[in-house]
Amino acid sequence: MPIDFELTPNSLLARDHYNEIARERMRPVSREADTREHWLPDEWVDFWWSQGRMGAPGNPAEEGDGFVTVCIQAEELCWGDAGLYLRMPTAALGGSAVGAAGTPEQREKFMAPFQDSPHPVWGAMAITEPGAGSDAAAIETTADWDDETEEWILNGIKIFCTAGEGASQVEGGFVVVWATIDKEAGRGGIKSFVVPAKTAGMELVGLEKKMGIRASDTATLRFDNCRVPKGNLLGSAEVRKKKPGGDKGFKGAMATFDASRPIVAAMAVGVGRASLDFLREELQRQGVEIRYNAPAHALSAIERDVMEMEAELQAARLLTWRSAQMMGQGKPNSLEASMAKAKAGLAVTQITQRAVEILGPLGQSKKLLIEKWMRDAKINDIFEGTQQINQLIVARRILDYSSSMLR
Amino acid sequence: MIGFDPTDEQALIVETVRGFVENEVRPRSRECDEAGALAKDVLSQAHELGLVANGLPEEHGGGGQRNAVTSCLIIEELAWGDLALAAGILSPSLLGVPIADFGTEAQQKELLPSLCSDAFEPGCLALVEPRFDFDAAEPQTSARKDGDEYVLVGEKCLVPWLDGSGPALVVASDEAAGSPQLFLVPRAAEGLSVKPEANLGLAGLPTVELSLDGVRINEAAKLGGASGADLSQLIDRGRTAAAAAAVGLARASFELSRDYAKEREAFGVPIATKQAIAFKLADMAIEIDAARLLTWEAAFTLDQGQKATREARLAFDKARRTAIQASDGAVQVLGGHGYIRDYLPEMHLRNAAGLQSYEALGFV
Repeated sequence: MPIDFELTPNSLLARDHYNEIARERMRPVSREADTREHWLPDEWVDFWWSQGRMGAPGNPAEEGDGFVTVCIQAEELCWGDAGLYLRMPTAALGGSAVGAAGTPEQREKFMAPFQDSPHPVWGAMAITEPGAGSDAAAIETTADWDDETEEWILNGIKIFCTAGEGASQVEGGFVVVWATIDKEAGRGGIKSFVVPAKTAGMELVGLEKKMGIRASDTATLRFDNCRVPKGNLLGSAEVRKKKPGGDKGFKGAMATFDASRPIVAAMAVGVGRASLDFLREELQRQGVEIRYNAPAHALSAIERDVMEMEAELQAARLLTWRSAQMMGQGKPNSLEASMAKAKAGLAVTQITQRAVEILGPLGQSKKLLIEKWMRDAKINDIFEGTQQINQLIVARRILDYSSSMLR
Repeated sequence: MIGFDPTDEQALIVETVRGFVENEVRPRSRECDEAGALAKDVLSQAHELGLVANGLPEEHGGGGQRNAVTSCLIIEELAWGDLALAAGILSPSLLGVPIADFGTEAQQKELLPSLCSDAFEPGCLALVEPRFDFDAAEPQTSARKDGDEYVLVGEKCLVPWLDGSGPALVVASDEAAGSPQLFLVPRAAEGLSVKPEANLGLAGLPTVELSLDGVRINEAAKLGGASGADLSQLIDRGRTAAAAAAVGLARASFELSRDYAKEREAFGVPIATKQAIAFKLADMAIEIDAARLLTWEAAFTLDQGQKATREARLAFDKARRTAIQASDGAVQVLGGHGYIRDYLPEMHLRNAAGLQSYEALGFV
């Protein structure tokens, strides 16, 4: 699309729609959801399942901004509450994995409850293990083939699984689990398996106590001879020793991250904006103006800080929209998605921390949400690809280096 | 509708300018910097491409293709080549855009055709003042009405002063107008003294200090006549242009760093394979793309006919920070070689630092 920064009417409607949901449904329970960690915010969950996920008003016949609109939705809802956003009953990364690596039959089968179920259901993706985070290829959860029963048997432990409680415990949902069918083969042996909720052998061991996004159920799941049918392996069972041309295993799963990274970056922008919006409102209440035409030497420290924060937030937003736009156009966007994620994670960490600093005692107090937004923001620099991993991806791309050349 | 892709036409323009810059501008870069002078043949060739004239009104000989986003694309390529030469090439816009946007009919008729003719004719903008606490919106240079004349008093610096005959556009406070205005001052005006400058950055661009000691000009030489001009809009256009230039400079520095780091070996491997260097390059690349998008947004806002003060300011501040980051980074990555004048990084760093003071090297 030609260079243009004007949102379509449909995007504007979406923005207003989700902003209203954020104000009316999320902000009022924000503090409670944070304090009562591990509590199921059932009103919010039921609202989202029965109404929220029906989409925004708008004219489908008119043009939209494509994936930019999805980013706007994520931004507005995380402006509301990032933890509650992650607690929403959706297929989330589990659904992305099924979409990226599954056959059409698998997509239809596993996604059906997300259309038809009368009660909320969740999807999740379980990759990380105690000994493997950024180094996803080092996971040790195994999947052994039982020729007699034509089942895969999963053994291992997964940590930091977002929506892991909902996805593992509520009928209709599922957890996509990364496991290796051949440890010797490294990443060539890693596959994704759909483990439906309540499958025997998948145990919810516990939920993490976190710095922020406390409303999100971050789960530890143990797989102890957990059996799933043959059809639950996403994609092909063939083990590849070398980098494949069409294998949908590891590569396909990694591709889901190119698709989800723009959304995660958009989530971060939402949290950052929450802090910045409050800061600007407070300054306005105190009669402090931000003068965009004042010379540098005359700017107060706060003006200078706020202007910088605004620029960095907008930069993060535009980089995110660019990567989303490319994805929508079917263009490879690995570099741009990593740029967006690296930038957003860092920028909103700095913005939310600086907001706490500038606001003094107001930034500390649990009577307000500023302190919570700083705690919520930090994870964006870490999950779904740490800042350093995204820097590494960007570096490899700009240098045209393979992973073996730049570690 | 949100989009980030230059049109085919814009892409062709970029390709053309880039080719010109690679072949004609870059090879002359260091020589101009050392000499403190711009290569005239380069200015002429650029003028032939119509890079500035294309945006000036058709009725006065221009191309009538006024577009701030396209201008940013052009400016980025020119600055990617060489910032001082870019400033020289863009200087006609310092006169052309204010006259096109605010000039009286007489002013347009008198001054625009020469900017669109066969020969290169530079522009001069006297905006910046030699004070720590200079404020573009509140110049201390004053223009006092006296009968049918204005009397100008004050000091200006960083005034591009290329060989030419056109007037200098001087920004001065105008008490009667209630806002700063611009005045067309002939180069040979009585009371105007001109002193060449030597500066840290853009050393190839000839600039001067102007002293206005009771310079008298007819009221017809006030830009826009009785209606005057909106300086703040020009500042927004200037900052947007400067932001685009900063992005181009930063990109040049980044590429120098990247290419060097892939070749240079230390401890048996290219230094680009070390994370400290690789991450430094990655951060540069991210911030350059970020600064570019902010700059495009400011330009787009201007093209929509909207006020872009906030966008232009944020883009300019971001871009100039990024230019320092990238050019300082380039010196650092090239190490000792980045420090000596046989290589370009040190020049880019000086230029990036210099760019910050200008507020406008051209107008989009």
